[in-house]
Amino acid sequence: MAPRHLMSPLDFTVEELDKLLDLGNDIEKHPEKYAHACEGKRLATLFYEPSTRTRLSFEAAMMNLGGKVLGFASQDSSSASKGESVSDTIRVVSCYADIVAMRHPKEGAPLVASMKSAVPVINAGDGGHQHPTQTLTDLLTIRSLKGHFDGLTVGFCGDLKFGRTVHSLIEALCRYSGIRFVLISPEELRVPSYVRDGLKAGGFPFQEVVALNEETMKDLDILYMTRAQRERFFNEEDYVRMKDFYILDREKMKIAPEGMLVLHPLPRVNEIAVEVDDDPRAVYFRQAQYGVYIRMALILTLLGISVDA
Amino acid sequence: MKSKYKDTLSIGALEEGFVLDHIKAGMAMTIYRDLKLKSLDCTVAIIKNARSEKMGRKDIIKVECPIDSLPLDVLGVLGFIDHNITVNVIKDSEIVDKLKLKLPSRITNIIQCRNPRCITSIEQGLDHVFYLADEEKELYRCMYCDTRYTGKK
Repeated sequence: MAPRHLMSPLDFTVEELDKLLDLGNDIEKHPEKYAHACEGKRLATLFYEPSTRTRLSFEAAMMNLGGKVLGFASQDSSSASKGESVSDTIRVVSCYADIVAMRHPKEGAPLVASMKSAVPVINAGDGGHQHPTQTLTDLLTIRSLKGHFDGLTVGFCGDLKFGRTVHSLIEALCRYSGIRFVLISPEELRVPSYVRDGLKAGGFPFQEVVALNEETMKDLDILYMTRAQRERFFNEEDYVRMKDFYILDREKMKIAPEGMLVLHPLPRVNEIAVEVDDDPRAVYFRQAQYGVYIRMALILTLLGISVDA
Repeated sequence: MKSKYKDTLSIGALEEGFVLDHIKAGMAMTIYRDLKLKSLDCTVAIIKNARSEKMGRKDIIKVECPIDSLPLDVLGVLGFIDHNITVNVIKDSEIVDKLKLKLPSRITNIIQCRNPRCITSIEQGLDHVFYLADEEKELYRCMYCDTRYTGKK
C-alpha cells in the first residue's frame, strides 16, 4: 500500500483531524501508554535549513514514542551540498528510516520527496509555502484550551501578508462553523488577496483593522500574534518600522477579554512583552508543548500504529 | 458531413487527421511546439495569416495522421492555450467530429513555474505541472508551490 504523507494541513478531512486531535489529547493525558509505541522504528529528520523548535519537537516526539532518530540539521551536512537531488536523497533515506520529516527552503521539495518515497513524508516547512505541523499544533492548542472551534472569534495580529502560519490556520479554521476573524495589521501587511477572497467566498465574517485596542480585541476568544520576519522585507528601514508596530504588553492585556488566549508560533521578538508571559492567558509556551503531542499523534497515524487503551 | 477544407486552401485536403482552425494569428508555431508535433511521423501543414471573416487573420494547422495517434489529453492542452480554437477530426476526407475544448485539469511541461523559490528551479528532471485552481478565472497554480501562473500564452 502506498504510504500516506502530510503536505498541507488540509490533507486530513475534518473527521480525520478530529481523530488526530483526540489522539494528541490522549497522549497528553497518558504519555506512558505511548512510551514504547514506536520501538524499533526510525524517524529521519532531513532539515535542509536550520530550525530549532520544529526539528527538536519532531525528535522529542519520536523519542517519547520509544523510536530512534537520524538525520541532518543543515544542507551543508547533507549530500545536497554535493549536488544530490531531493528525489535521490529520499530514495536512499527510505531504506534507512520508517518515516521522514523534511524541511527545505525550496517550496514543494517535500512533495517531490513524497512522490518518490517508500515511507511516509511529513512536510516540516517548505520555504514560505506550507508548515502543516505548525497548523496542527495551533489547532490542538485551541481545541484543548477552548474545547471547540465552532463559533470562535479569532484575531490575527502582525504580519498577515507573509505569515504562512496565519494563512494555513485561517484555511483550516474555515472548515468549522460560525468562525469569525479579526485581522489586525498595518496596511502594508494585510492578508494576501487570495485569503481575503476565500473568506468572502465562504461567507465568513471578518474585519480588517489596523489598531490593536480594546475595541478590536473585545470579542476575541483567541489572539494569534506573529512577528515581522526580517528576511521578508526588501529594506531594513521597512523592517525596523514594522517590527515594533504591535507590542502586546501588560497594559493591553488589562483591556483584553478575560477569556482571550494569546498564541504565537514563536520565536517572538518584541511583539509580546516578556511581562505578559506570566499572564494565564499567554499560552504560547504550552502551544510548543502541544506541538510535541500532535507530532507524536501524527507519527503514529502515518505509521498506522494504534495503541490499545 | 462534407469537408469545408477540401477546396479552400492550396494545401491539399486531409484523408485522415486533424485541422486546428481559428488559431489566433501568430500562435501556430507555439502550438506546434506545445503539442510536440515535431515528434510525430506525419505531414503537418502550418498556414499563417489566413483570411478570416470572424478573426481578420488566423492561423491553421493541419495534421495528417491516424486520428488515434494524437490522444485527446494532448489536444486538451489547446484548451489552455486558447479554448476558441476549433479542432476538426477528419476521416475519409470528411469532418467526423468537432472537439469542444475545455480547460485541462492539469498541464504538464507546457509552462514553467517562475517562482525562484520553487523546487522546480533546482531539481533536475522534474515535470512542471500546473493544476486548474479556478475554472471561472482560468487560474492555474504550480503543483509544487501553488504559485499562480500569470503569463499569457
